[in-house]
This record gives sequence, structure tokens and C-alpha cells, in this order.
Amino acid sequence: MRDVAIIGVGDTEFGELWDLSFREIGIEAGLKAIQDAGIAGQQIDALFVGNMSAGKFIEQEHVAPLVSDYSGLSPRHIPTYRIESAGACGAAALACAHMSVASGIYNIVVVGGAEKMTDVGDTQAAEILSATADQEWESVFGATFASLYAMMARRHMYNYGTTREQLASVAVKNHKNGSLNPNAQYRREITPEMVLKAPPVAEPLGLFDCAPLSDGAAAVVLCPLDTAKRFTDTPVKIAGYGQSSDTLALHDRRDITTMDATVIAAKKAFHTAKLKPEDIQLAEVHDNFTITEVMAIEDLGFVKKGEGGPATEDGKTALNADVSVNTSGGLKARGQPVGATGLAQAVEVVRQLRGECDKRQVDDAEIGLTHNLGGTGASAVVHILRRVN
Amino acid sequence: MGIPRFWRETPSRYNLIGTKCGSCGMIHFPPRIICPACHRKSIGKMERTHLSGEGKIVSYSIVHDAPHSFEMQKPYVVAIIELEGGCRLTAPIIDCSPSDVSIGMEVEAAFRKLGEQGEDGVIHYGYKFRPAREATK
Repeated sequence: MRDVAIIGVGDTEFGELWDLSFREIGIEAGLKAIQDAGIAGQQIDALFVGNMSAGKFIEQEHVAPLVSDYSGLSPRHIPTYRIESAGACGAAALACAHMSVASGIYNIVVVGGAEKMTDVGDTQAAEILSATADQEWESVFGATFASLYAMMARRHMYNYGTTREQLASVAVKNHKNGSLNPNAQYRREITPEMVLKAPPVAEPLGLFDCAPLSDGAAAVVLCPLDTAKRFTDTPVKIAGYGQSSDTLALHDRRDITTMDATVIAAKKAFHTAKLKPEDIQLAEVHDNFTITEVMAIEDLGFVKKGEGGPATEDGKTALNADVSVNTSGGLKARGQPVGATGLAQAVEVVRQLRGECDKRQVDDAEIGLTHNLGGTGASAVVHILRRVN
Repeated sequence: MGIPRFWRETPSRYNLIGTKCGSCGMIHFPPRIICPACHRKSIGKMERTHLSGEGKIVSYSIVHDAPHSFEMQKPYVVAIIELEGGCRLTAPIIDCSPSDVSIGMEVEAAFRKLGEQGEDGVIHYGYKFRPAREATK
């Protein structure tokens, strides 16, 4: 197995991008990543695309060759792969691309993630997201995606005393970080009162506990670590990786206040990176709902089980605190174009490790982590990225 | 969606038919072909079993932002319910105010309309849960 590096990153603004189509955002992110890596189209061996539901959002399947085609690569007939893993498809695509380079099958690959969600109405988009839960035994009975996370939140409150105010502090922090990110969907700070007074979506979660529906794309370029310095002075090594799965339905889990998929993926990632949770300086974690970030920082080992709420409220996960969590603004403020989220996390961590993040820069960032979830935690992917000096 | 999609699930949705592993005794709902604890040993030994429909609420949410087919019912309660043998399912809680629902509350299954395939489509039925009769007395 070869060590693999990220040598280029690119992304689009996230938001309601009415004037841009799926293919336009996919290509914008990909071309930026290719230009950032300083490679030419002729050098690309393969393309991996993370996308959850283009078939439902824009009635277009077969999006991997589409992106290759409109990137001008059709005459080269490169292999293209679409990876679907619900909300984790971006990170799952990165994992597959990583394996393809580590194994020696390909040398230079582009990994993109894209979702165009605003061509359908909000209710329809929410129903499409619910399809990542168990349609036959959850959704048919009226369980919405938000209500499943709300059940985790209520049980977390019951077991550990987590409060609504603590959950709100996740949203407040991530909006603050998002206000420093020019590509974020929401670039305004919010107050705890705004979160607590927002209309209920699925109690105990309200509107400001939920990440938005977004259009957007992000991409990275991978190559073997030993050749990475030919392309960039600042390669970032994929130091650790872990992917895990769990029961599709939330009700079949051992414990609905812990995501075992996250725990196991993190364990694998820390093992391969030969690192511990306390070595991580910054982390982009899956915060599709506020409770998700609380559970993630516990399950990743940054805080003890049950202490995610107080730790966030006490500022331990703020920018340049114990561990800087979701410096990009996270899914909450940076935006949630589902298939792109995992790649956007990688793009943010790479930029942090390169020292390119301006006002939201983590001091002396050397080691960062990404955590991407699918469904209600039936898929989890963790990557640990490290600056190469 | 075609009618068979709903029709083929009626045994479990109408009568709470699950499976019991002939190897370890674990109960699953809906029915499974392989027991996640016993794997190969359980193949061919998964016996159909009728669940009592009596259980306790593990967690719940009050849904305000509802899918199109549940629009008329909001706000409604959806819960994870633990049945006998630790087996769990997700179902709406009915016949009580959302403010009366709590974790640990005893509930029982009731047969109700779940939804319909548009105005002219078939109606499909299944279980919902209500407060256990002893508990409401």
C-alpha cells in the first residue's frame, strides 16, 4: 500500500445557486482542484463522484461520466465512478479514490462531491433526505429525517442531562465560524435566543438546529505521497482512514445516543494514523443537526460520553480552543449539499493545514480530522489529514 | 408506488409478525432471514412469531415539519418503542396529546390507516401505538 496525498482542492460557494446547474457546480469545483494541483487533464487516471440523489433532485442519473464529459475529458475515456452512501458519499468517494491510488491501480485521481438540491421544493427535498433512513419501517410510519435525530436528542437529554441551550451552542458556534468563511451559505452570527425561539421542526429540534438544503460542490486531487512534491510545496497526507456501517433503521441500534459506526470508523482511523483523539487540532464533523455534533465529538473521543453538550457550551470546541470543531461553519452554516459535504470537509482541513484560512485559521495547524455520516448513522467515514513538512 | 409494495408487508404491518431466531431466541421485527448474532447457524431456523404489541417508549419526537402525506396530522408524535425481548420499532403515538407522551411510557399497538396513494389510490393500513389501557385508567 502506498501513502497518498491531497495535492489540490477546490469548491464552490454553497447556497441556493439558482443560476447554476448540477454540471456547472460539479465542474467548477473540479477545475479549481485541478488548477490548484497544477495538473493537466491528460494526467488524470480516474474520476470519483460522491452524489446522493441526483436522480431524485434533478432527475439525472449517471452523473460521473456527465462530470467527466463537461470537464472536457470525454476524448480520454477515463474510468468514472459514482459513489452513493447517503450523507457520507463525499467521504466514501474519497475513501474509494484513496484505495485506488494506495493500491497502485491509479496514480492521479480527482474526487468530487456535488448535490443540486434546490431544483425541488423544500418538502420534497426533506422527503428525499428521509429516504436515507429505512423507508419501509421508519418513513412509512411518519418518521422524518429530523424526527429521527430529534429522538436521539431527546434520549441524549434523558440519559446525560443535555439541554436545549447546549444544543443551541453548537449552532451559535458554527454560525460564528461560518461568518468568517466567504464560501459559507450563512455568513451571519446568530444568538442562542434565536435558536431557542425558532419554529419547531421535530421537537426537541427547531429550525436553527437543522442544516440547510444547499447546492454546491467540492473536489480534491490525490496522488502517491512520494510524487506529491512534484505538484505542490504543501501536500497533505491522508494519514488515517476508517469507514464503518450500522443498522439502517435507528430503532435497531444498540444505543441511540451513540453512533457505533462513528466509534469504529474513528478507531480504525486513529489506528492507521498512529494518533490519538488528543492529537487532533481541528475537526470537520457531521453536524446536519446540532445533536449530531454533540454525539460526534463524544464518539470521536474528543470528550467523554455525555459531555458533548457542556463542552460545546463552555467553548471547548470553538476556534483555537481545545479542538477547533467545524471551522468552515460545518453543514449548519457552510451548507449541506449532501454529496459534497464530505469533500468540503476535506477541502477545509487541507486549507487549514496549509495556513490559508485567514480569520478562521487554526494556529499552527498540522493534524486535522473529517467525519462524514450517512443516514441516521448507518454509514460513517473518518479521515485524518496531516501536513507534510 | 405500486400496490404490491404495501400489500407484501401486510403480515407484519397488520399483525406484528416478526421472527425468532431458532438458535439464540432473539426476536426481530420486521422478519429477518439471518440472525445478526448467530449468522450461518440461524439460516433456516428463523421462526415467525407474533409480537404482543405491548411496549415502552424509548424516545419520541413531535413532528411539525411533515411530509406531504402526513400534512393533515401535524403536529404528531413518532416514537421508538421497545417490545418484548428488546425488539424495537418506530411508530406514531396516537389517542393522546403530545404533551402526555414521555420516555418509558407504556403503549400498545392499534390497527390504523397509515396513508393513501393519492386521492384515488389504495389506502394502506398498519400499526400505530396508543397509551396502554391500564395506564390511561
